[in-house]
Amino acid sequence: MVAARSEDPAERRRGLEILVAAYWKPVYKLIRARWNRSTEDARDLTQEFFARVIEKDFLAGFDPGKGRLRTFLRTCVDAMAKNDVRDAMRLKRGGGAQVLSLDFETAEGELALAGIPAPEDRADEFFEKEWVRSVFALALARLRAECEAKGKAANFRVFERYDVEDEEPRPTYAALASEFGIAATDVTNYLAWARREFRRVALDTLRDMTASEEEFRREARDLFGLDARAG
Amino acid sequence: MTTPRPVTPPESTRSSWLSDAAVERLREAAGTPDLTATRYRLIRRVGRGGMGSVYLADDTHLDRPVALKVLDLDDPRGLLAERLLREARILARLEHPGIVPVHEAGRLADGRVFYAMKYVEGERLDHRVARDPDLPSRLRLFRRVCEAVAFAHDRGILHRDLKPQNVMVGTFGEVWVMDWGVAKVLRDVDRPPDRGGAGTAAWGATDTDHGTVLGTRGYMAPEQERGDLSAVGPRSDVYSLGAMLRFLLGDDPPRPLLAICAKAMAAEPAERYAGALDLAREVSRHLDGLRVEAYPEGVLDKARRLYERHKVAVWLIAAYLVVRGALLAFLGR
Repeated sequence: MVAARSEDPAERRRGLEILVAAYWKPVYKLIRARWNRSTEDARDLTQEFFARVIEKDFLAGFDPGKGRLRTFLRTCVDAMAKNDVRDAMRLKRGGGAQVLSLDFETAEGELALAGIPAPEDRADEFFEKEWVRSVFALALARLRAECEAKGKAANFRVFERYDVEDEEPRPTYAALASEFGIAATDVTNYLAWARREFRRVALDTLRDMTASEEEFRREARDLFGLDARAG
Repeated sequence: MTTPRPVTPPESTRSSWLSDAAVERLREAAGTPDLTATRYRLIRRVGRGGMGSVYLADDTHLDRPVALKVLDLDDPRGLLAERLLREARILARLEHPGIVPVHEAGRLADGRVFYAMKYVEGERLDHRVARDPDLPSRLRLFRRVCEAVAFAHDRGILHRDLKPQNVMVGTFGEVWVMDWGVAKVLRDVDRPPDRGGAGTAAWGATDTDHGTVLGTRGYMAPEQERGDLSAVGPRSDVYSLGAMLRFLLGDDPPRPLLAICAKAMAAEPAERYAGALDLAREVSRHLDGLRVEAYPEGVLDKARRLYERHKVAVWLIAAYLVVRGALLAFLGR
């Protein structure tokens, strides 16, 4: 967020890229689910929304002292979808112009896997859930790239097999050791290392998206579900 | 309006998509403290405070349950980590049956600061009170809280966040004062306490967070709420104890107990009890049927108190007099 509002064009571009990467899927899915829009409408509105974020001084209206960026963005999406500015904007841009290269097919496929909730379901919870999914996906991609660069691809693969992939029943450490040709104690060590690194990368990703230490801490608690899982 | 139908997902989506279950596993992976290379095995999270979470863990060396307080997130300057370690050091110097003992403190493999302490099995004082209507038993619990706080004051430490939610009660009526995260060290433990003057003037603050408001509204002394740390002293904790006592009394309490609360919660620190033990003694006097210093008694109050204190004797004498009167009346006929 600090980067996305920076005066330095390169820093601003980097910040906006992270912001778009983390939020475009939640925004698209929110428009589809809550506002009951067709795929074409949702694509146009999503493009329009991020065009505004990038082109206008859109984020200047956000005050991290008053609330979360996530809530601010969702409120803006809701207002835009409600006012149905799509047609006017599309005309202005020359009709369905592609501002960003976004993989809507994938987002649509993910909606099919998760199931589209009814529009009356709590939109804030849905948006937050998709935001967590999106940030974790970004963090995983970063971690994978880092691991490959450091020659730790095996650590990442063990982590991916155990914590990310949906295999039932869950693979045992012995099974993973056999699969990767390593000792069971190595599986423990690989997992511990990768989890630590995943936490670090997820927090780094989050820091890029937040404007203040206070906001960062609030968002991190939400990301890791720390306020909801006691007991 | 019907919900729009999604298209069939491509295979690439299936391989990269994080299911709800995967998101939960990643939350666990990233949020759960890394106990690798420690003697502890994580069992479950049992609570959350302002800066960290508390986990129940198994101490594999001593085969006993322990509570681990782990910092959720550090800040760039490491102030929260220092605060958690400071809390551990404060607990370490407070060896008292009413204060949870700390076993060790350190840093986990994932960089998070933690400390291990006795795992307290019991319930929060406010929960206990909700199911225990007996006022004398509540007062006895309160007295133990006062004793633990008085011990801390004697060791030069203020709690600064005393409230029923920060007190645990064990199955056998044991009491532990918890959560010393915002405690204030008033003087070095090696310096002898100034027993002659328990007021604020005799206590020199050793922390530097002047102007910071720490504590809980409703239980905080006025000087604490104003952020006037130079005025915060043992009597500020006495104020919080008074507010806690008021909570424990419930509706329609005896007037002498209300007077104790009023004195403990006086706006001016100098008008409060000088220390937590003085407050405990007043409560004890009430429990023993003695006159409470904070409450100026009238004749009727005194008669009522004496009656309550000597109820059995009063009834025995009354019964004796009635029987004797009846006998005399019968014999004199």
